[in-house]
Amino acid sequence: MQEILRQLEMKRAAARAGGGEKRIQTQHAKGKLTARERLELLLDSHSFEEYDMFVEHRCEDFGMAEQRIPGDGVVTGWGTINGRLVFVFSQDFTVFGGSLSEAHAEKICKIMDQAMKTGAPVIGLNDSGGARIQEGVASLGGYAEVFQRNVLASGVVPQISVIMGPCAGGAVYSPAMTDFICMVRDSSYMYVTGPDVVKTVTQEEVTHEELGGASTHSRISGVADLAFENDVEALAQIRRLFDFLPLSNRSGVPLRPTDDPVDRVEDSLDTLVPANPNKPYDIKELLEKVVDDGDFYEIQPEFAGNIVIGFGRIDGATVGFVANQPMVLAGCLDINSARKGARFVRFCDCFSIPIVTFVDVPGFLPGTAQEYGAIIMHGAKLLYAYAEATVPKVTVITRKAYGGAYDVMASKHLRGDVNFAWPAAEIAVMGAKGAVEIIFRSELDNPDRIEELTREYGETFANPFIAGKRGYIDDVILPHSTRRRLARALTMLKNKKLDNPWKKHGNIPL
Amino acid sequence: MFSKILIANRGEIACRVIRTARAMGIGTVAVFSEADANALHVEEADEAIAIGPAPAAESYLVSERILDAVRRSGADAVHPGYGFLSENAAFARALADRGVTFIGPPVGAIEAMGDKIASKKLALKAGVNSVPGHLEVLRDADDAVRVAGQLGYPVMLKASAGGGGKGMRVAFNETEAREGFTSAVNEAKSSFADDRIFAEKFIEQPRHIEIQILADGHGNCIYLGERECSIQRRHQKVIEEAPSPFLDAVTRQAMGEQAVALARAVDYRSAGTVEFIVDKDRNFYFLEMNTRLQVEHPVTEMVYGVDLVEQMIRIAAGGAMTLRQDDLRADGWAIECRLYAEDPYRNFMPSIGRLARCRPPARTAAVRVDTGVIEGSEITMYYDPMIAKLITKGRDRAEAIAAMRAALDSYYVRGINHNMSFLSALISHPRFIEGRLTTAFIDEEYPDGFAGAPREGPVLDALVAAGVLMHWRKAQREASISGQLAHHRPTFGAAWVVAVDGDNHAVGVEGVEDGFDVALAGRLLAVRSYWRPGQRLFTGTVNGHHVTIQADPEAAGFRLHHGGVGALVTVRSPRAAELAALMPHKAPPDTSKYLLCPMPGLVVSLNVAAGDEVKVGQTLAVVEAMKMENILRAERDGVIAAVNAAPGDSLAVDDVILEFE
Repeated sequence: MQEILRQLEMKRAAARAGGGEKRIQTQHAKGKLTARERLELLLDSHSFEEYDMFVEHRCEDFGMAEQRIPGDGVVTGWGTINGRLVFVFSQDFTVFGGSLSEAHAEKICKIMDQAMKTGAPVIGLNDSGGARIQEGVASLGGYAEVFQRNVLASGVVPQISVIMGPCAGGAVYSPAMTDFICMVRDSSYMYVTGPDVVKTVTQEEVTHEELGGASTHSRISGVADLAFENDVEALAQIRRLFDFLPLSNRSGVPLRPTDDPVDRVEDSLDTLVPANPNKPYDIKELLEKVVDDGDFYEIQPEFAGNIVIGFGRIDGATVGFVANQPMVLAGCLDINSARKGARFVRFCDCFSIPIVTFVDVPGFLPGTAQEYGAIIMHGAKLLYAYAEATVPKVTVITRKAYGGAYDVMASKHLRGDVNFAWPAAEIAVMGAKGAVEIIFRSELDNPDRIEELTREYGETFANPFIAGKRGYIDDVILPHSTRRRLARALTMLKNKKLDNPWKKHGNIPL
Repeated sequence: MFSKILIANRGEIACRVIRTARAMGIGTVAVFSEADANALHVEEADEAIAIGPAPAAESYLVSERILDAVRRSGADAVHPGYGFLSENAAFARALADRGVTFIGPPVGAIEAMGDKIASKKLALKAGVNSVPGHLEVLRDADDAVRVAGQLGYPVMLKASAGGGGKGMRVAFNETEAREGFTSAVNEAKSSFADDRIFAEKFIEQPRHIEIQILADGHGNCIYLGERECSIQRRHQKVIEEAPSPFLDAVTRQAMGEQAVALARAVDYRSAGTVEFIVDKDRNFYFLEMNTRLQVEHPVTEMVYGVDLVEQMIRIAAGGAMTLRQDDLRADGWAIECRLYAEDPYRNFMPSIGRLARCRPPARTAAVRVDTGVIEGSEITMYYDPMIAKLITKGRDRAEAIAAMRAALDSYYVRGINHNMSFLSALISHPRFIEGRLTTAFIDEEYPDGFAGAPREGPVLDALVAAGVLMHWRKAQREASISGQLAHHRPTFGAAWVVAVDGDNHAVGVEGVEDGFDVALAGRLLAVRSYWRPGQRLFTGTVNGHHVTIQADPEAAGFRLHHGGVGALVTVRSPRAAELAALMPHKAPPDTSKYLLCPMPGLVVSLNVAAGDEVKVGQTLAVVEAMKMENILRAERDGVIAAVNAAPGDSLAVDDVILEFE
């Protein structure tokens, strides 16, 4: 017995030492924490319970038989974030460069299976050089096992990937199938093929950072949902994000008490929308003023800024917000904003998070770049996502709701449960000037007449009452009362039940 | 008495006049430009009349538009406020021609005092001390250099029609005299459409002290003590107070009597201010007389208990003052801070935009807030970017300063940058507290600009102690989320590390009722507060002293503002602090190869082209913002690689104007 305990302690110590003091120092010198240090910051203190500390790889080739480190390059287990269960894996770059062996993959699969059974989210901290090349196809098989579980878990438990080092080649496809990808600036990168291969094949010279750094993916590709300054900030922010998320598709949204009154009035919202319809305003001010304690957690803040998505709470319960942003491209829909919005709406729908949509959209962005890029298909994603969503959907039209974009943005016709409009709302096929130029094409050479007709068209349609007459708008609300009205609507909808017709799955235009 | 007064102004002063008129039972008419359609003064007035486009030169400064509004509203009197048409004799005359009363001095007094050179001559005649100067208009730059040589450097070049620092330059040598003359002429031309410039001896280490006078049309003329307005930046007053910590009774009386003599010499009627420059030996010299209500009039009102606007209205209506010089007693001390939408950390660059959050401190007998904006209002590029005047009163100067410190700490403004931390730092500055002021105070004490008040002493203690309390309560809140595993119990240790902008302070913490006892470096800080997560103002006590701290939650902790210090405060366990210390320091991007536009504005001129070699101090470009011409100079020798802007371009903050090689 004594001997077993001594051996246990030795094995634990060996596992904790990871790749050894020197490699740990190298990891620190790169500004990166070790796999276990990261878990210390991510989880509640003393809550982590580790599995498979004694797992070792089974490779005998290329001298691997002599190199065995307990744990095999990944730390797995479960713990809590503010008391709520979460399964975690944290790749250890100090052990074989965090490379994925068959055994390493099995450890990840084990906690994913447990997460599915218990209905708890999975957070993966990725820091891996890629496949364990010495193991060959066994390693590839390991990846695929993880991919399959990512897909099965999708929509069942939230999955968050934090890229905290390299993540290249096939390895990128596990994070790609999770719900959120977060990256750390200057110390993480993701790409399918690295700069060396790129150079060989295309002669293009590009750095790791340019090709797949946090800035690239959070601004240009939109692959990353969030980018953080360093490991410490990233892990603190993941804790914050986690607190907004349901544990599973069965749990419902978490509740966190607040002192913020649900009937809080914000008089300044009455002047948020400028008198001049061409003048932008910052929709984030509205978001921050309606959520509890001004705590709005924006997702993809640097990508497709013409749509703003993120989480907030109203009366303590998580709500997903989608809002057109008049500050960027006048808030119009384009390929990137439609993709961004669609994926977020589907996430919320998966996990029963009510969706609040703020609409100020002048239409779709015109141009060959958009058409060649298949705006038809991408725009359809957002339309499809809203139309299939069965969670409570509350919409507020703050200003413009023009054309097809009006339909898309959680309109009444897409089973919007409560559709409000602010007094400045204009629900129309298009802006007055454009409409008049089409309807009265023959009078285009008479600018005075056109101006008069434009004013007339504006007076007729630039108000919420035409839509109100048909019941497309349930009520016109005063901006200062928006929080109170949203809170009442969401309370009323709490027990909403709506099912789509039985199907294996729909065919969203991918 | 009048039945309806039109206020030919905007912003806080329009609101200020409306308040008194309303209290007197007089109807009020506001005027507004297109940019001010939703402004507070429009809302507060009984009626409001649109007077044209946003630029003041097309609305508030156009007499005809105001006169038309007077006619349409049927107002029988006009209060001009300050600035705009307040010292425009033609406007006052036009009103008189229409049988409408101008609530201000007679046309003759405005004209006599409006011209700086004429007013000097008048003052001399009335026996008022004057600064040695050259009372002729300067013909050109050569003339400026010649006259400056005669007076002896340093000299002040001043626009005859000038005011508020515009069209004013100090020259310490010939080059500066030449350059200063040119830019003063340009500025005077664009601001006042009058490019006459004159020169006078520049008094070093001067104080700016002014006398408030009131005169009626019945031979009564009194002075209501002085205001010291020495704290100035680029000749713009920043902090004013009454009384002055410098004057003795003899000097005060002498200044007051000279001011009254000057007023009598021009048959003054209404409220007016005689500005003096006072040297270190309490010699005082006449500077100018402002024939209007001053921005800083509230400090006089606070210590004398007199409503100057009410007096102006009664006098204009032909009433005789009941106030007598012998009855006037200064009671206590009042200080005014001017809150501006400008960023003190970035060379006071103006900041425009929407006041997403604007929560002034509670108004009490000791705290007065004169403002023309509310939450949701817009600070536009068209007018003076003032947010508010904050005035506090105490039984003595120390009490007034303490009240100001607390009031600034609780004035919560977000959405635009503002100068509140700078004001806090100024009023807490040891030299300010001692009252050793000169008009060069800011240049001398902040030669390299402002980087926040010193992070030490009670201010630091408050940040650390409050940081601990807020962190703990926030963590408690977070740990109260639903869906927890059974038997989960959050652990809060007793040893923590509080990082204040990266400086770690190890503390021991013990929870007590209503707060914590925090051991910091061998001292005990007892912090008590009812603060709850979500509140942006922390109010409580630290070792029994009241503190107010502004707290904006951030991912890592709280950004706190208190006593002129703004800092990110993060509370961590010792282990987490150890790990945080491993994080790399990332240098901000190098912008030294660019000339960035320091403020939103209009490019007036570009003085270099690509390929030019430039020397330190050479003028590169001129940007006009808020009607001030800002000369952007080379900070080192170099070669221009590219020019990215052209005259007439409208630029945002940090837009690249030039690139260096």
